[in-house]
Amino acid sequence: MSQLLEAIRSNRDAVLNEWLKNMREGISRRDLIDDAEVSEQATRMLDAIIAVTDESRIANLAGSEWQPIKEMLADLSVSRAVQGFTPSETALFVLSLKPVLFQLIRERWGNKAGELFAEITIADNFIDRLALHTTDSYIAGRDQVIGRQQEEMLELSTPVVTLWDGIVALPLIGTLDSARTQVVMESLLQAIVRTNSRFAIIDITGVPTVDTLVAQHLLKTITAAKLMGAECILSGIRPQIAQTIVHLGINLEEVVTKAKLADAFRLALERSNRRVTRTNSATPAAAPAQER
Amino acid sequence: MDRIPILRMGPFLLVTIQVDMHDKLALTLQDDLTSRISDVGARGVLIDISSLEIVDSFIGRTLANIASMSRVLDAETVVVGMQPAVAITLVELGMSLPGIRTALNVELGMEYLRQNTIVEGSGDGWDGSED
Repeated sequence: MSQLLEAIRSNRDAVLNEWLKNMREGISRRDLIDDAEVSEQATRMLDAIIAVTDESRIANLAGSEWQPIKEMLADLSVSRAVQGFTPSETALFVLSLKPVLFQLIRERWGNKAGELFAEITIADNFIDRLALHTTDSYIAGRDQVIGRQQEEMLELSTPVVTLWDGIVALPLIGTLDSARTQVVMESLLQAIVRTNSRFAIIDITGVPTVDTLVAQHLLKTITAAKLMGAECILSGIRPQIAQTIVHLGINLEEVVTKAKLADAFRLALERSNRRVTRTNSATPAAAPAQER
Repeated sequence: MDRIPILRMGPFLLVTIQVDMHDKLALTLQDDLTSRISDVGARGVLIDISSLEIVDSFIGRTLANIASMSRVLDAETVVVGMQPAVAITLVELGMSLPGIRTALNVELGMEYLRQNTIVEGSGDGWDGSED
């Protein structure tokens, strides 16, 4: 029968002080978290551990008495993930308790080899499990952050801008997948209806790769816009992308394509019977500003 | 409602679909419209589907058929005001309606019809290929 928890309980203050000392040596990012907070977290954790009375449960962390400790660790890891700690720094919180426990065990059972070994194995196991749980929670916390960022990006990534009365542009940035393309398609078509635009320019300068799937999505969007009575111009096709498109055998012959957004805009203006002209070159550019 | 009204505006016919199309209604419209075109000798047909929110492959095909039939009867056909959801559905169904003229709203559709029926033999007025 292990006596480890009992040993910790009777040496609580010494263990806590040693633990905090170890942690202070381990944490390099002092700027992210202050000592008082760490100390408070460690005290709460240690009190929760010594509150567990059933020594036999220490081997597998099962049972309801370990639940508060697990939750505490999970909260701690999630908050560390948000604060920007690395996984190792987060796991160090628990791992730095290990040498303290070993020291304690050595003082208590130093002259009895059998018990010493048994207690060390139990302590080692115990701390490792806590550390693994911390890392799991840390990763779960970071996944949450990533998921939220992805959602935000999806919302932010499809701005439809009005270039001129009746001409809208959709600058696409980033990789296109099915979910995003659906959002892109819908927002473009809705913008066409809302602004009554006869011309829509899809600019793919910021799209890193174009494969058959992306091309198919683009063609669908263009066809849908055409069905609604708007004309789509595809612009911003980089040389590498042009090569890929031809190599893949994607048929863009029915789509009007331009190399640059400016060219596409010029074409849209031309087709809506507009023209951009240079004003009288004799007038200095700064003149209107001076009049104001 | 078992019939969609067909309005006459000078040389053009105006059809506004304001109810959910079902198959029989679409076929009735096809019959009515073709006979009306030949009766009045219409030069252009404008079909406004801005209130149509649900479309299936049959309705899509009927629209395409009506447009082709009108063209055979020498009347230019424009479908106007298609909703984004309808456009997406048709594309997902693989129906890009290649022969159909489309316009954003009735105004632009009428403008197109005027340019392309009264001025004989001119090219596509509104997409700027001429001039």
